[in-house]
Amino acid sequence: MSDLMSNNIKQDREEEWRIDLRKSIKAKDRTALERIRMPEVEPNIRVKSHIEVNMGLSPEQAIAEAGRCLDCVNPTCMEGCPVGVNIPKFIKYIEAGLLAEAANTLNQTNMLPAVCGRVCPQEIQCEANCFYTLKLHKPAVGIGNLERYVADWCLNNQENIAENKIVTGPKVAVIGGGPAGLTAAGDLARLNYQVTIFEALHDFGGVLKYGIPEFRLPNNIVNFEIEKLKKEGVKFVKNFVVGKTATLEDLREEGFQAFFIGSGAGLPRFMNIPGENYNGILSSNEYLTRVNLMNASNPEFDTPVDMGKNVAVIGGGNTAMDSVRTAKRLGAERAIIIYRRSIDEMPARKEEIHHAIEEGIEFITLTNPIEYFADSHGNVNKVRVQKMELGEPDSSGRRKPVPINGSEYDIAIDQVIVSVGVSPNPIVPKSIQNLAISKWQTIEVNPETMQSNIEGVFAGGDIVRGGATVILAMGDGRKAAAGIHQYLQDRAN
Amino acid sequence: MNKIVEKEYLSDKVVKLVIHAPLIAQKRKAGHFVIVKIGEKGERIPLTISSADTEKGTITLIIQKVGVTSHKVANLEVGDIISDISGPLGQPTAIKKVGTVLCAGGGVGIAPLNPIVEAMKKAGNKVITVLAARSKDLIILEDSIRKYSDEVIIMTDDGSYGKKGLVTEGMEEIINREKIDLAITIGPAIMMKYTSLLTKKYNIHTLASLNSIMVDGTGMCGACRVTVGGETRFVCVDGPEFDAHEVDFDELLLRLKAYNPATEKNTKNN
Repeated sequence: MSDLMSNNIKQDREEEWRIDLRKSIKAKDRTALERIRMPEVEPNIRVKSHIEVNMGLSPEQAIAEAGRCLDCVNPTCMEGCPVGVNIPKFIKYIEAGLLAEAANTLNQTNMLPAVCGRVCPQEIQCEANCFYTLKLHKPAVGIGNLERYVADWCLNNQENIAENKIVTGPKVAVIGGGPAGLTAAGDLARLNYQVTIFEALHDFGGVLKYGIPEFRLPNNIVNFEIEKLKKEGVKFVKNFVVGKTATLEDLREEGFQAFFIGSGAGLPRFMNIPGENYNGILSSNEYLTRVNLMNASNPEFDTPVDMGKNVAVIGGGNTAMDSVRTAKRLGAERAIIIYRRSIDEMPARKEEIHHAIEEGIEFITLTNPIEYFADSHGNVNKVRVQKMELGEPDSSGRRKPVPINGSEYDIAIDQVIVSVGVSPNPIVPKSIQNLAISKWQTIEVNPETMQSNIEGVFAGGDIVRGGATVILAMGDGRKAAAGIHQYLQDRAN
Repeated sequence: MNKIVEKEYLSDKVVKLVIHAPLIAQKRKAGHFVIVKIGEKGERIPLTISSADTEKGTITLIIQKVGVTSHKVANLEVGDIISDISGPLGQPTAIKKVGTVLCAGGGVGIAPLNPIVEAMKKAGNKVITVLAARSKDLIILEDSIRKYSDEVIIMTDDGSYGKKGLVTEGMEEIINREKIDLAITIGPAIMMKYTSLLTKKYNIHTLASLNSIMVDGTGMCGACRVTVGGETRFVCVDGPEFDAHEVDFDELLLRLKAYNPATEKNTKNN
């Protein structure tokens, strides 16, 4: 955190209303309050539709939860936030009942609060650094739940949103309309740049639309955040594949002076085991895109999707959880996670694993698929798996799974969703001559400015990280926006 | 953008649409395809660009009515707007002077073959083209193909036009007559399988332009994966053209049926 930023935070904290608010309840009484549990739709009801699982806090619950926050002198929670949200300030505004002010505070640093409040792994970020977690060893203040509360309030009170702004500065192109690009675009528009987002698909939001399911992040929430950006002056162009429809050089000729590449990690990985190309075996990207972006489970839409009765999802990340829970909602009798390590090593959020278990998802852990079998039509009907045990820690620090010889057995299934990771999408990087690319096919950037080796070309999110989270992508977008601003100012002088 | 400026029925079920899409027209090369989606509830399907006019800013698509979406596209009229077109996608055909090129087009596969024939001829090759279809009315783009081919052989299953017989018979006749440096085959997967077996017998390097099920067309979903030379490749970003002798056509044939039995929704297209 910069000195300037931390000075601002200190000044904010010394405003009279905050001092009064802090004094209104004793710290001891605040810490005695229990964390409010996020209300959820009952598992047996929610698996029958795509309804959002988490229902959001009521106004009373939000004010009570906000009251737990001690408004620390040194808000360590903020150190855990990749985009630097002024956490105590927005929470104290909730406690004071000033929701428009709370919303303004969030909007200053977070372009997508309604998204972050839902899908950020707060438990390893802000909430992991909360005073309650660090010092009191109690459940953290529900920062994510409160963020969502404010963002949803905004959504239901749209008249509070600023009118369309006119931007007049130099033109900046943002390539990819996912979380990294949306964040960079928002920051740049506020700095008065004329930003255009070029999106390859027919709709904006990237993984927020095609990947994360409706029951975790409804599309209308994403659309709302996009509408906000339009009002900030950001232009949106769909069906435009940079590197194909036009090159970066073409855009330079059109007057774009700087570029942010946030084209994501859109290339699904497979395991390259025998039988993996049988019908009924698909990547989580394909499965989720069909269901989320293309609405395939709705009979009114043209895109088809197979609705397996016995569905195996391979992997233990958030995308695997999204896939297996989607399969359950599409009517799977058995929806199984097959994961090569144990449940403790799963990269998925604890909340997602917990929700999956509640919904009747089976977990077959320490098990890895080694071969698929199909009927005479080429439709998968069986997976052969092998049991694993955990050996020494590997480069990721997690204990490496080692196959147990002779432990193979077969599981009858009719659909497999492979969710073992993604690689960077090659289209944009390959289209830019001399762009420095790592051996993992990610774009190499200066970690401070997010600038690549090419003049005026910046990058962030999964195209740089190779497969991470929404919030880290957003953090990159924010950092790159600052880098682009600096670059364009230097150039103007 | 995306307005239909011309429509022509090439046969009962095959429609030619000329669409105003200036950016795509500008960048498109032989071998490229676009993804088309009709309306909010439409699906995304790949269609190969048959030709383009950079001055008018148009691309030409040729659509055979087979599934839900190809019917929707084919039923559009002049003046209608296609809500979403994205491209040009895929790798363009490697066009160079190799000597004599034998092109084989089956059914609506003649449409994507058309720009390749033209480009190969313009690159200085001798181009011999075999067009094949079930019957006369399914032989499309004959004039355009003739314009850029040194010789055209037409084969129909029922003998209603050209010679009666299979595409491979027409090809074999040429192969036995003169030295072929490169073969290109585009058509139904089953036709490409057999033309590929034929040229393999004569050890002629052959390219096949594959049609597969796609969703995004940009490498994101992996629905289009095929086995080429024992490795999984994506038709959308690595293809659509591959060394035909390395392609596992039997797998492709099975994968093309992926969405037929399970649902009334049908993604098959040309």
